[in-house]
Amino acid sequence: MEASFYHAKTRYPGIFGWIFTTDHKRVGLLYLFSSLSFFAVGVSLGLTMRLELIRSGMHFYSAQTYNAIFTLHGVIMIFLFIIPGIPSSLGNFIMPLQIGARDVAFPKINILSWWLFIMGGAIAVTSLFTGGGPPDTGWTFYVPYSIRTGTNISLAVFGVFLIGLSSTLTGMNFLTTIHRLRAPGMTWKRMTLFTWSIYATSWIQLLATPVLAITLLLLIIERNFGVGFFDPAKGGDPILFEHMFWIYSHPAVYIMILPAMGTVTDIIPVFTRRNIFGYSFIAASSLAIAFVGYLVWGHHMFTSGMSDTARIIFSLLTFIVAVPSGVKVFNWIASLYKGSIRMNAPLLYTLAFIFLFSIGGLTGLVQGALATAVHVHGTYFVVGHFHYVMFGGAGFGFFAGLHYWFPKITGKLYEEHLAKLACFFLFIGFNMLYFSMFVLGWEGMPRRYYDYLPKFNGPNLVATIGSWILAMGLIIMFYNLVHSLFAGNEAGDNPWEAASLEWQTTSPPPVENFAVQPVVTKGPYEFR
Amino acid sequence: MVTGWPNMSNPADDTFFFILGISLTLLALNTGVMIYFVFRYSRKRHPKAEEVGENTLLEIIWTVIPTLLVLAMFYVGWKGFVYMRTAPPDAMVIHVTARQWSWTFDYANGKETNVLKVPVRKPIKLLITSADVLHSLFIPAYHIKEDAVPGRETHLWFLPDQLGSYDLFCTEYCGVGHSSMITKVDVVPQKEFDDWYAGKKEEAAGTEEKPGSKKRAGKHEAGQSAREGAELFQTKGCTACHTADGTPKIGPTFKGVFGKKETVIHNGQERQITVDEAFIKQTLLHPEIDRVKGFPPIMPSQQGQLTDKEIEELIEYIKELK
Ligand code: HEC
Ligand code: HEM
Ligand SMILES: [Cu+2]
Repeated sequence: MEASFYHAKTRYPGIFGWIFTTDHKRVGLLYLFSSLSFFAVGVSLGLTMRLELIRSGMHFYSAQTYNAIFTLHGVIMIFLFIIPGIPSSLGNFIMPLQIGARDVAFPKINILSWWLFIMGGAIAVTSLFTGGGPPDTGWTFYVPYSIRTGTNISLAVFGVFLIGLSSTLTGMNFLTTIHRLRAPGMTWKRMTLFTWSIYATSWIQLLATPVLAITLLLLIIERNFGVGFFDPAKGGDPILFEHMFWIYSHPAVYIMILPAMGTVTDIIPVFTRRNIFGYSFIAASSLAIAFVGYLVWGHHMFTSGMSDTARIIFSLLTFIVAVPSGVKVFNWIASLYKGSIRMNAPLLYTLAFIFLFSIGGLTGLVQGALATAVHVHGTYFVVGHFHYVMFGGAGFGFFAGLHYWFPKITGKLYEEHLAKLACFFLFIGFNMLYFSMFVLGWEGMPRRYYDYLPKFNGPNLVATIGSWILAMGLIIMFYNLVHSLFAGNEAGDNPWEAASLEWQTTSPPPVENFAVQPVVTKGPYEFR
Repeated sequence: MVTGWPNMSNPADDTFFFILGISLTLLALNTGVMIYFVFRYSRKRHPKAEEVGENTLLEIIWTVIPTLLVLAMFYVGWKGFVYMRTAPPDAMVIHVTARQWSWTFDYANGKETNVLKVPVRKPIKLLITSADVLHSLFIPAYHIKEDAVPGRETHLWFLPDQLGSYDLFCTEYCGVGHSSMITKVDVVPQKEFDDWYAGKKEEAAGTEEKPGSKKRAGKHEAGQSAREGAELFQTKGCTACHTADGTPKIGPTFKGVFGKKETVIHNGQERQITVDEAFIKQTLLHPEIDRVKGFPPIMPSQQGQLTDKEIEELIEYIKELK
């Protein structure tokens, strides 16, 4: 038997064997390790925010510090954790295996993407300690504030620019890989739905991210050379910035959620032992989301001063794009029907995902309808909503995938009871933390508030207590994974008896993935 | 006068409960079915999985029905929105200027306040703009908000149907004072409003102290512009961060600052300066060059906000604050 890629000889010794690698599995793990590290930082920042918000008038640090912290929290969670999270880590590791490829199409560009990502992250971190100090604009960098504030915006924005470049390259790389490197017999309809979701995501990364890049560059130019693109004092238009920012950042929410949807779609059949229900509808809905998703950015601007006609059209389109997500949920549930269900941790996290994502999606309808959007926009309702979608959705999907592919990646089994216990804590804490935010938002508490009126005390306290329970869950979950990495039982090659291609090679796989070129003769979820 | 919803917050409430009703039903159904399947088809109860095959009819049903539902939601939200955006022609117009971090309300007769005082049961139309960065005017009680955009005028209207005092928040992040950019909507009886409205023109709120007029009576010129400076100190929003009485706020106090030796951060390096006319002018126009040590770097540049004459006046005013 061939040695796993961990033990194979690399061109450079030790750590250099990792940072100069071109093996998609190593690149995937580099991404996994770095984005989870950023996640840990982001969570710590979130917890300090909740501590500050425990009660009206309670102050552990200054308003300026709070503003810097929520900006950093947002930037880290969006650009350094959830966007690269599933596609660049699990996608990198798993997708080429699932289509029977030896590597991605451009292995050197793949590692270049990681370097850009790390450089961008490092530059963003540097911006905290240099120049005018930590950025304080929120992750949205809205002008004219971002042009006028004395904090270190240009450097931070340049960091994000590099991260965007990295994301574009990854998208391009994966698209080419999926088009060109599928194994013999791997027709489009035999691809896993995870690969389908990565495919749809990659299109968004490739087409939408350049808009972000150009927007951020214009911002840097305006800040440093005084060219008036956005600041009305210089003849610019601040609403133009909002449009350009959201033309990227709305599709970006699908970069976050689609791979998570793909992950749980792969998990469900394996633990119900039957084919997924509505394969082609799930694949088509991913593509539909990817393309209609470009047309709805205006729903972030329902109170921006944009024309009323534009608001009405964007509201209509927003409701249309909700439908494909609904279709996915129905298909997932129908896939449980007449199965033989094994309630392992990946499936448990998947069910939590479905529930939390549904709440996130349904509250999105409240924000999509104009009459209610006007009330909840800019309040904690929105903060609740996007945590349900990004954390309850994309985050829980990521956790489900981490458990599901843990044996594939490490060759070890995690401890099942601990994994379930963690899921329980996560679920309880999550709902206490974020459901309270819906209540606060509907009552009118604005977001990005360092302090609030005493009438908002109750739900804020519940949220803060929830954040501690959630943190417990995270600690248990990561303890379990890390501990099992060293002390877990041997998993064998295919512990879940899955049918898709990534499980047909050894766990962990050898450097070039398959000892012999696989030939595909059946679908990814056919267990007989 | 106003037809349709008797109470301003009703369109939002109606839409909310409509969507909430449908959403809760869907969520309960989905979750119920999910949990039922998990138990009914657990490995113990159902050891052998069966293949079910695809079902296009079912797919069509659960695409079409949700589409119809969301279209209904869109329609309800749209209808409410049109009402919320169409001010009755007899609405009383009040101009709003948002700035870091205060609100100014200008009435037709030239009255200017920091609290939005309105007569009960009279439709009010707000024309909103901003003097600096983005803000957003939010009155939770009426479920309305609209951004304040510099260089642009946006609008809102509402019908204050009950007496009382309601919160008015800023909901577009605007810097360090964002969460204290709060004021009130005071809904008073028509009579009370009329008396107040006919009363003498209030000066910008909070101008109790006017140190510019105390000393230096001889130097009439300087005294005059220092008085103007004191006005500017209030109206240009400096009070959000500075005080004239010696207590530091978000920024240094102006009391005794003139002639003081200070440490500033220049390109990341510390250096010593003396606060003089040139330094104040530089701070007003290019605050990023020298940042006073120990304060957050948030002093906004006043470039384009202040004329040269106004800068002179502010400097005179600061000089006076011994
Ligand atoms: C956003 C809060 C804020 C506002 C509004 C603001 N300032 Fe400042 N200002 C600061 C801070 C913070 C500092 C100290 C840091 C620095 O030098 O940038 C400062 C410094 C100054 C200094 C230098 C003080 C010294 O000790 O050397 C002057 C003069 C000044 N501001 C004048 C003004 C005037 C006049 C206005 C109104 C037009 C104004 N500021 C509005 C925050 C503000
Ligand atoms: C323990 C975990 C977390 C806690 C306690 C937490 C807490 C918070 C709080 C309180 C805010 C609101 C700040 C404000 O408006 O004043 C916030 C904002 C935000 N959170 Fe989280 N969060 C957590 C995890 C996450 C995750 C996993 C993501 C993304 C996947 C995320 C993304 C964001 C974003 C994008 C913002 C908006 C920042 C901005 O307004 O610029 N958070 N978080
Ligand atoms: Cu504001």
